[in-house]
Amino acid sequence: MMTESVLEKVMKAGHIAVTGECGPPRGAMPEKVKEKAELLRGYVDAVNITDNQTAMVRMSSFAASMILKQINMNPVLQMVCRDRNRLAMQADIIGAYSHGINTMLCLTGDHMKFGDHPMASGVFDLDSIQMIQMVRKMRDEGKFFGGAEIKGAPKMFIGAAANPFADPFELRVARLAKKVRAGADFIQTQCIFNVDKFEQWMKGVRERGLHKETYIMAGITPMKSVGAARYMKNKVPGMDVPSELVDRMAKTPKEKQAQEGIDICVETIKRVLDIEGVAGVHIMAIEWESAVPEIVERSGLYPRPQV
Amino acid sequence: MITAERKPLAEIIDSIDDCRRILLVGCNECVTVCSAGGRKEVAMLASALQMDFMKRGKTLDVREMTLERQCDPEYVEQLAPYIGQVDAVVSMACGCGVQEVAKRFRDKRVFPAVNTKFMGASEGPGIWAERCHGCGNCLLGLTGGICPIARCSKRLLNGPCGGSSHGKCEVSDEIDCVWQLIWDRLKELGQEDRYEEIIEAKDWSTERAGGPRKIVREDLAQ
Repeated sequence: MMTESVLEKVMKAGHIAVTGECGPPRGAMPEKVKEKAELLRGYVDAVNITDNQTAMVRMSSFAASMILKQINMNPVLQMVCRDRNRLAMQADIIGAYSHGINTMLCLTGDHMKFGDHPMASGVFDLDSIQMIQMVRKMRDEGKFFGGAEIKGAPKMFIGAAANPFADPFELRVARLAKKVRAGADFIQTQCIFNVDKFEQWMKGVRERGLHKETYIMAGITPMKSVGAARYMKNKVPGMDVPSELVDRMAKTPKEKQAQEGIDICVETIKRVLDIEGVAGVHIMAIEWESAVPEIVERSGLYPRPQV
Repeated sequence: MITAERKPLAEIIDSIDDCRRILLVGCNECVTVCSAGGRKEVAMLASALQMDFMKRGKTLDVREMTLERQCDPEYVEQLAPYIGQVDAVVSMACGCGVQEVAKRFRDKRVFPAVNTKFMGASEGPGIWAERCHGCGNCLLGLTGGICPIARCSKRLLNGPCGGSSHGKCEVSDEIDCVWQLIWDRLKELGQEDRYEEIIEAKDWSTERAGGPRKIVREDLAQ
């Protein structure tokens, strides 16, 4: 075991891992974080805490992760390259680890343009691959990125994202390979709606044996309404929602759409778990955390293993 | 070249509203090529300013001059005979030119008439696009001759983010995804393998992060 991360323990033991997501509130509302997290308690192994997602200012991932630690849940600290240079990143990483946060996800971050501060300057001192290298160096060599020794090296279980649906498709496995080589212990993918395309990507992943070098968690998002489906299809960069799914939601009476969304989600999970090389699912029920217990139970992933 | 765009007329007028005589100075280099501040633009701006002043019952004397290179003290010196006759200088050069004028004529106000934009190249009549960020340590040899620092919205050095779609950047349909361009170029060169090399974290100290930069060539400096 490289780290004390529960997520690592679950996957090392050969269980299918389940992670959830909690977007921190836009204000000093610690109870909101607890409320969302409690909906996931017992149904996921760890909870991703987003870092100013969609470039909107929110409670910091570090602070919200601390709140999860206080209620004995396992946060996955997300960190984006957009808002921090390498000094701030390393400071927060040793700070977070000092509070028992041992799992993190290294991301580029959505561009400032999409958020509520489009006038902000983006940092992008490192890219996500270089951030992964840095966190690994801190853990495995006990050194800061600049080379100096760290007294009390943070032992982070290192995650990264992959988007099998962005272009150019032929580069997507190669990009994963770079992240794995940089040191990504686990991968959480973009939301999967186009399972055929995900299968095709996984085939490329297996051909290179990457599923044996990293744990690949399939990203899953339930759609609450046909409006949400259309929004994700048309408005969110890098999302691939097949028209059949949008049509299926559209044909469903409005009051039953949320249930249909959960059904689609469960079907998707069952399909992706049949694919060789998938080590877990990452359920991103954005502002719909209450859907997670049903999704996990019906997918046969409950109860969660005790490790 | 360095590209620029003329400021809105109202902003220029606002900056010189209390002046009666100005020296309007263009530059014969980059801003001429990108049609922002050459001889022709100087003449057009002079007329527009005078017309505006006249309409408001005021007068404005404009002496037009276009220097060979406004970023060069040798040429800026050519303004000396006229500087005493004006209330202010309005410069249509890039920020380098404006500052050379300000440095030479300490007691004279200098106002920029253009917004300096970026180092770029022409993509067709009337279109210029950013190409170089001046990072101080060129890596074009690693990226198929196409710069991800200047041309990726997130200056990513190791490949496209998850927002690359149909060759375009998530920020705008008007922006090509530079990593799509780099990948296409590497394929043309039969160098797809190069993509897999991790480009290490950049030393930004050779860029603006290291403080204002200077080149000193001992062999040329006196």
